[in-house]
Amino acid sequence: MKVTLKVWRQIDSTAPGSFQLYPTPDLNPDMSFLEMLDVVNDELANRGEEPIAFAHDCREGICGTCGLTINGKPHGPGRGIATCQLYMRTFADGDTITVEPFRAKPFPVLKDLMVDRSAFDRIIQTGGFISVRTGSAPDGNALPISKIDADLAMDAAACIGCGACVAACKNASAMLFVSAKVSHLGLLPQGQPERHRRVARMVDQMDREGFGACTVTGSCEAVCPKNISLNFITRMNRDYAVALFKGE
Amino acid sequence: MATPLMNLIKRLLKSSVGRKYLMAISGGCLVLFVTGHMIGNLQIFLGRETINTYAQFLQSNKEVLWLVRFSLLALVGIHLWSASALTVENRAARPLGYSGNPAPTAASYASRTMLMSGIIIATFIVYHLLHYTAQVPAINFTGQDFRLLHEPLRDGTERHDVFAMMVLGFRNPYVSVFYLLGVGLLCLHLSHGIRAMFQSLGFKNWQWGLLIDRAAPVMAWVLFLGYASIPLAVLLGLVGKEVVR
Ligand code: HEM
Ligand code: FES
Repeated sequence: MKVTLKVWRQIDSTAPGSFQLYPTPDLNPDMSFLEMLDVVNDELANRGEEPIAFAHDCREGICGTCGLTINGKPHGPGRGIATCQLYMRTFADGDTITVEPFRAKPFPVLKDLMVDRSAFDRIIQTGGFISVRTGSAPDGNALPISKIDADLAMDAAACIGCGACVAACKNASAMLFVSAKVSHLGLLPQGQPERHRRVARMVDQMDREGFGACTVTGSCEAVCPKNISLNFITRMNRDYAVALFKGE
Repeated sequence: MATPLMNLIKRLLKSSVGRKYLMAISGGCLVLFVTGHMIGNLQIFLGRETINTYAQFLQSNKEVLWLVRFSLLALVGIHLWSASALTVENRAARPLGYSGNPAPTAASYASRTMLMSGIIIATFIVYHLLHYTAQVPAINFTGQDFRLLHEPLRDGTERHDVFAMMVLGFRNPYVSVFYLLGVGLLCLHLSHGIRAMFQSLGFKNWQWGLLIDRAAPVMAWVLFLGYASIPLAVLLGLVGKEVVR
């Protein structure tokens, strides 16, 4: 199969970008989207042109490094997958596919399709941790945790921090990400001592970074490669209210 | 000198989550009001005597009346302020959009148009207050002064005839259509707003979430049908045939 790519090219964060069209060579439909970009980049490099810059690492949906907006949808068509888990067979022969970076003010474009997501790191630095004495691993089951809480905490902890929630939200809100990070610690006993300070600080930092607020449209949940539930945002809102009354 | 109270107020006014609380609390109180207001208005179907007695009761204690009026005004003010403050930030968070402006994934029409439906509702509220509260003759398009409509009582006194005012007001099809548009948009706003409000305030979880999501549009439809039934009944001549100009 062959497709035509309409790709956002931008030399660096200060330069204005624009779309360029690239017809692909013949592709194997079972290639992943990123492998397809590798093939296109090989051709560009052979012709002496600048390859298309895009972020990637594990290529198996666990690291959260990849992230492209494909035909207007972060991580492209499909549900519960990252860009690296998208295959060319999803598209039809001859399609024109629009590929853009994640768009949000706190995610400046570094080059072409790569954005700087260190805003997420700064949010984590303000509270996405627990302060404990680290020693040897505790005995299994020494801390009883209900199955329900353990499952919910695991669901929240599945967040790989890719930023698709921000990219999909009409307000570029990071609340799904922040709520997942607040909840996976806040649901477990180890996370209790700092529970309310954590949510207050992380929400503050989220606001300082310039992310928007939630309008409950559900776009974030729909594009999340880990299917993180909107209900975590509710949980964060409730924890934040308690933090207000505790004076955090 | 950040006392806990100051901290709380600062966070309510400045943080994104705090502003969402203000939006949801003011919206929620207004939902309670529009529900009560609808039930009150539906008394028009019980006849002139009933609704006029109800109206007389509402007007009977001026102190309470003005307290309620100012509270409602404050709620609308808080709602408008938080809506605009959030919108400014939300727009700033995405300076450059996607090619061809694709509709946001999975976002319902109501959720994408909250600001627009809200602004039209605000216009409607202004008209509605001038029409039936201030009773400005120039904008009722009937050539009559609603303030002069009176129902004579058996004891020889008289009271304001709200029944006749509603009937005459809604007999004008243009006015009725504008009311239908206003309450239609209000209910579009609420079909999303009621479920959003539960999320903003943290009252939703895996057990109750689905019920809230499904009940919100039902509640919105109930409000729409309740409100819409009045101008429709008047236009169809089902109510108020006894009122003659
Ligand atoms: C006066 C004109 C109004 C404007 C400009 C307005 C605007 C808005 C906007 C922009 C939102 C979405 C906020 C967001 O994106 O986060 C919203 C939410 C909401 N509105 Fe309104 N609105 C108005 C009137 C009303 C009225 C009369 C009611 C109730 C009867 C109402 C109930 C709600 C509710 C319950 C929400 C959901 C709050 C939340 O997101 O948590 N609104 N409004
Ligand atoms: S490259 Fe690691 S999640 Fe896609």
